[in-house]
Amino acid sequence: MKFYVKKICTLFLTLFLVMFLAFTAFRIIPGNSAQIALGLDASDEDVAALMHERGLDKPFLESFVSYVGGLLHGDAGISMHYDKPVMEVIKGRLPVTLLTAFLAIFLIIIMAFPIGILTSAIKHPAGETVFTLFNQSFMAVPSFFMGIIITLIFGLILKFFSPGGYIPYNEDLRGCMKYLFWPALAIALPKTAMLVRLIRTGIQKELTKDYVRTAKSKGNNMFRILVLHVMKNAMIPVITFFGMMIAEVLAGSIVVEKVFSLPGLGTLLVSEIGARDYPVVQAIMLYIAFTVIIINFIVDLTYKRFDKRVNV
Amino acid sequence: MKKKLAVLMACILVVSAIFASCGKKNDQNATTKANSGAAPENEIQQGGEIVVGVTNDIDNLDPHKYTAAGTGEILFNMFDGLVKVTPDGDLVPAIAESYTVNEDGTVYTFVIRQGVKFHNGTELNADDVVYSVKRVSGLDGSPDASVKHESALSTLTSVEKGTTEDGKETVTLTLSAPNTELLGYLTFAIIPDDYTKQSESPVGAGPFKFVSYTEASSVVMEKFADYYGTPAYLDKVTFKITSDTDAAFTQLLAGTIDVFPYLTADQADQLTENYNIEVGNMNLVQALFLNNTVKPLDDIRIRQAICYAIDRQGVLDMVAAGKGTVIGTGMFAGFEKYYNADTVNTYAKDVAKAKQLLSDAGYPDGFDITITVPSNYQFHVDTAQVLVEQLKEVGINATISLVEWATWLDEVYKGRNFETTIIGLDADLAPSDVLKRYASTASGNFINYNNSEYDTLFASAVAETDDNKKVEDYKKLQEILTNDAASAYIQDPSLIVAVSKKLSGYTFYPVYVQDMSRVYFVKQ
Repeated sequence: MKFYVKKICTLFLTLFLVMFLAFTAFRIIPGNSAQIALGLDASDEDVAALMHERGLDKPFLESFVSYVGGLLHGDAGISMHYDKPVMEVIKGRLPVTLLTAFLAIFLIIIMAFPIGILTSAIKHPAGETVFTLFNQSFMAVPSFFMGIIITLIFGLILKFFSPGGYIPYNEDLRGCMKYLFWPALAIALPKTAMLVRLIRTGIQKELTKDYVRTAKSKGNNMFRILVLHVMKNAMIPVITFFGMMIAEVLAGSIVVEKVFSLPGLGTLLVSEIGARDYPVVQAIMLYIAFTVIIINFIVDLTYKRFDKRVNV
Repeated sequence: MKKKLAVLMACILVVSAIFASCGKKNDQNATTKANSGAAPENEIQQGGEIVVGVTNDIDNLDPHKYTAAGTGEILFNMFDGLVKVTPDGDLVPAIAESYTVNEDGTVYTFVIRQGVKFHNGTELNADDVVYSVKRVSGLDGSPDASVKHESALSTLTSVEKGTTEDGKETVTLTLSAPNTELLGYLTFAIIPDDYTKQSESPVGAGPFKFVSYTEASSVVMEKFADYYGTPAYLDKVTFKITSDTDAAFTQLLAGTIDVFPYLTADQADQLTENYNIEVGNMNLVQALFLNNTVKPLDDIRIRQAICYAIDRQGVLDMVAAGKGTVIGTGMFAGFEKYYNADTVNTYAKDVAKAKQLLSDAGYPDGFDITITVPSNYQFHVDTAQVLVEQLKEVGINATISLVEWATWLDEVYKGRNFETTIIGLDADLAPSDVLKRYASTASGNFINYNNSEYDTLFASAVAETDDNKKVEDYKKLQEILTNDAASAYIQDPSLIVAVSKKLSGYTFYPVYVQDMSRVYFVKQ
């Protein structure tokens, strides 16, 4: 019980800090969102009027308090750039980022586990070298660059998909998923390589332990040993990694979106920082922070299931 | 009062008849011109769908709220104003079927065209015009602070509706100060007065009607069958929003975009197999803008030295494969009538003269200077790099400082805290809009230019009713700017457009728009 209380307290504290930092950052950097929204030739009176309407002329503390107050009522303010409620602006983009992220995680799981388990059987030094070479290369390539390579090979040369040909999810979900597969793959490949390595070394290490020999001598076949005993122990570092990875996949999708010109949160975040659209940027930052914290929370819980010794 | 009104109406009728015929003539000119280039009438295939690539997301679908040029070029297809611009730069009656101006340019009366329908089926009347004009000018008391007010309409004191003798509705605009160029600012959209959802689902009276908008993805519009003017040829146009020019380029290679308007010269060369490459002007004044009050730029000799140091054709050759139009003053060549072409040769590159001026001013060894450039405009960044090399030849040591757009707007444009900067300035279709920023008290005078002769002449040019005198005044104003070396003017950049070989009718305008109502499929 104490554990949950502590976790929830940290959750709120972190969110509050993120909120405060985002809020302060925009007060310090140059740029006036009202001026940007009204254009070069807007008169100072018009700019002042818009700032007043949106409460941008209030002192720092007062506007921060009213922002937090609004959030508690589920009101994240109005976007300066789009002149629409922030929630509406984000609502259209969120599914794109989430779909890409989920697809990427799905790809990571279905690729990493079989490959990790199969390659753990490689013991020949030459095979080992080849494996390491491949694995390291995939690990080293950042996902945005992987995105460019995928666009080049599968989009322009093999014409498996048309670059930039995104189909909105609410028009044709299957067509959209078909397109999102490629950015998801770009995010998944480097992460898969890391996970494969972790699974593989984990299994290889566990296989040398005494309990494996005991299990074998009891007449268990290799498959049973792997699934029932080895995997369970090899999983602990994998879960830690997985927790961190999900946050990275979300962040990764933000970068990759730009490469594949996906209308997701990442593209929005970048363009709204440029437009000094405070309310939207703050909402996206809060959302990301919230997701990461929740996922870490789930990871902590999962530890407990796999290893009763862990006291979180 | 009533008598006065009657007299006025009579005047209107006479003059409006003249203007109406004038307008028609212009209209015909425009259509023949658009068609004569590519194909006769029998090559036009009615109908069809196309995809046009654009690189910026829509900032607001409300035609009175958007600020991005990238939004305006799309909305142009869905909205008509009291007057409309032709490819030649003329202003022809649109929602207004005719107009009259009183002698000193303070009262404008528009006769509203009858039978014009909005996309939602309601008929357009004078109330809609009054509502739209009040909304854009701020005369409605600005209940909505995010509406963008047109500063040229700040002298507007009243907007009244009335009727002509034969029962047509009129709208009269009264100004507190004479402005004979008001028409150039009246191209803004007329929208229904009882419709509140312009930001979500805009309704206008243009040749295309809005179908849908998907965030950061696309804007779809289809032909408006009840359009009062020449109807569009295409049935459906999708504006596809790509993240940048490179992303659009890959889509052009893949053939998923039919028209794309912002190519670089290099990219255009790679597309000639499937696309016709058309080159027009961006209608911008690109210059190395100099802050006239910081040292040493407050010395006219220094500013002139910078002008002499720059080889403008050389800049064009380096950054745009020679495409673009060299300018020598603060106006772009598209304003043919008012543009002073003589200024181009005032500062031909002359290193010796530049060095002489520098040493006269007390800087024989040159000086250090910073060029602040907004980093989101690669074109200006490229220009800056070429200028650094050119300035080096006369001993001026320039360094480039890249800033974000928001920072540029805040510190350079509004704060006027800079030495030199490169930017492209656009304008409405009125010569005063291009030149007003150099008046010493103008809010847009970010270079702190100050010349009382200019101020006086500018004020009289705006109010001038004699057209020849007006043209003369504006040319003189440009000459003053050039002689004072207010800034180092470079070029009006070229706009390179890829148009699928299946299509024809793409038309350039002296303002920044993508007119899809003239585009058609060529009969095979």
